[in-house]
Order: sequence, then C-alpha cells, then structure tokens
Amino acid sequence: MTARHAQPGDRRRLLVSGLLLGLGAAGAVDEIVFHQLLHWHHFYDRASGDAGLVSDGLLHAATWSATVAGLALLADVRRRGSFAAATWWGAVLTGAGAFQTWDGVVQHKLLRLHQVRYGVDLTGYDLMWTGAGVLVLLAGVALLVLGRVRPATA
Amino acid sequence: MSLPLGVVALPLTAAAAVYLVAALGSRRPWPAGRTACWLAGLACVGAAVSPAFAGHDLRVHMAAHLLLGMVAPVFLALARPVTLALRALPAARARRLGRVLRTPPVRVLSDPVVATALNIAGLWLLYGTGLLTAMLHSPSLHLLASAHVLLTGWLATAAVLGLEPSAHRRGVVVRALALAGGMAAHDVLAKALYAHPPADVAGAEAGAQLMYNGGTVVHLVVAALLWRQWYRSRATVRAAFPARLPG
Repeated sequence: MTARHAQPGDRRRLLVSGLLLGLGAAGAVDEIVFHQLLHWHHFYDRASGDAGLVSDGLLHAATWSATVAGLALLADVRRRGSFAAATWWGAVLTGAGAFQTWDGVVQHKLLRLHQVRYGVDLTGYDLMWTGAGVLVLLAGVALLVLGRVRPATA
Repeated sequence: MSLPLGVVALPLTAAAAVYLVAALGSRRPWPAGRTACWLAGLACVGAAVSPAFAGHDLRVHMAAHLLLGMVAPVFLALARPVTLALRALPAARARRLGRVLRTPPVRVLSDPVVATALNIAGLWLLYGTGLLTAMLHSPSLHLLASAHVLLTGWLATAAVLGLEPSAHRRGVVVRALALAGGMAAHDVLAKALYAHPPADVAGAEAGAQLMYNGGTVVHLVVAALLWRQWYRSRATVRAAFPARLPG
C-alpha cells in the first residue's frame, strides 16, 4: 500500500505502537519464561517485601495495558497504509530493550526490588540480563535510524 | 454467609422487568444484544450473592467478588441502561433525566478517574482492614459491601467505556490510564492479600491468585472493548473530516 501519502501523525502513531508493544513483549517474556517455564520468579517471594509487591503489580498492569493499546494503534496504522516495517520493529526493540535495561539497572541493582534468580551468585545473571537489554535497545535504535534513511519500504 | 432470598431476588427481577418493558416499548428497535447483556449482568449478580458462594473460603469469596464487581459490571455497562431510559421515557421526563446527568455531582462521579478511585478505595477498605472478616459474619454488612462492590465496579466500568451519553466524556488516553491504574491497584491488592492474608479465612493464597488472574482477564477485556471503540471511532472521524485531521 503505497498509494497514499503518510500523514504527519502516522509516524508518531507507528512509533508509539511499537514502543508500547515492545514494553508489553518484555513483560510477557518475563511472565512466560521466568515465571511459568523456569520458575525463577514467583507470584510473591517473601524476600522482596512490600515495595517489590507494588512494583510487580504496577508493571503487570502497565505491560498488559500497553499491549492492548499498542495493538489498537498498530491496527489503525495498518488500516491507513502507513506501516513501515523497519521503523515499527525498531520501536518494538527500543521499547523492549529500554524496559529490560531499566529493570536490570534501576529495579534490580539500585532499588533492589527483586533479582534475576535467588540463591546463586548474581554477577553472570545480571550481566546477561542488563547486557541483553542494552543489545536489544541498540538494535532497536539502529533499525529506527535505518527506517529514517530508507523510508517507505513498507 | 448468604443473603435472604427476597433481598436479592426482588430487586433483580424488578430490574429485569423494567429494562424489558423499556426495551420492548422503545420507539426505535433496541438491539437484542444489549438486552441480553443486561440479563446476563443481573444473572451474574444473582449468582454471586447466592448461597453457592457462601462460606469462609477466600477462593469462593473471590469467585463471587469477580462475578459481582467485575464481570457483572461489564455486562451492565454494555447494556447502556441510561441510553435506554432516555429513549423510553416520555420527552419531558427524559429531558429532566438529561438535566440530572449534567449536574455537577453526577459529572464528578461519572468521571473515569474518580469512579475508578472510588471502586479501588472500597476494595482497599474491604481487604486492607478487618472489614472482610466482619462481613463474613454479618448479613447486613455483607449486603452493604456487596452493593458497594457492584455499584462502584459498574460506575467505574461504565465511566471507562463511556458508552452512555455524557456531556464531558474523557479522551481514550485518560480512560485507558484510569483503567490501567485501577488494574495496578487491583494487582497490588491481590498480592498484598497473598502476602498478608486476613485472619479467619481459608484458602487465602489460592484466593489471592484467583483475584489477580481473574482481574487481569476482565481488565484486558475492558481494555479491548475501549480500544475497539476508539478504532471504530477513528474511521467515523476521518470519514467526516478527510483532509483536516492528522489523527
């Protein structure tokens, strides 16, 4: 669909959709992989205290709400024919990477709300967790730049 | 502790009858889906306060709580009773109802942020204090708390979905944020119940998880309804103003 010109609001909506879905995807990976499959994280672990409980509840609500909103915005962008794959995937990875990095640095290390895993030496896990976040974030920014240089490849 | 049959059955039957009479007597045909939603919502209320959900087990209590405070309100909001009343009433009385809807108290209460805050405040009172234990032992407290959970849940859901005519409906972002805020408070409350279960109730951990997971599902259904409405409304807006509006 290249017949119509993208309108000014379209790119912003595409970016917001990708960022929201990236945030939602990062939350979903945490719930599916680390809660359900690996059982490293739990519904409530006595170690993390009331602050961890509040941050868990907030993040759960935020990531799921972001997913629904991001899907609606994506549907609208596609309907208008202004979907651009590189920009959208760039925004998804940027959102997911930023969330993962923030989770690893602020929530795990600065606020000490919860940890990647319990009962083991954390150095390697922390490096992997935050490192993965930074890599995904960089990949997202690279795709966003690429999407700016070569627009309209949708 | 279940409620006396008449206290529940009479108002529910009356609510069903009044809605059916109004829907059948409406000048324009009233969509059957809305009538079905109204009856389904009333059925959820009836089930939630029936003896089937009595007892001191938090799992059973939470199942009733989800039906009464979350599932029933979604159905009741989708049934659009205010719209039906405005249509079915004689013109003079419909105008009077319209004026009442525009008065400051109603406008404040039907704001999605205020309505959600009221709903959450009631839940924190119920589960964060000794009220839950007291309620399980007193039929009148049970009736009062149930009515509060139902009415504020309904008000909050209706305010977020914004399906009824309103002088001041908030934009989709405010309504989505109010919903997300309510969901976050509900999640935190469920986890707090798990961590610090109230005295005198069994099944606290399973009950708290049911509250958390069930709450997530219903909140996501409401979010999907809200955003579907937005998606459809964008098409209408663009058809009306093809060139001017960017979004």
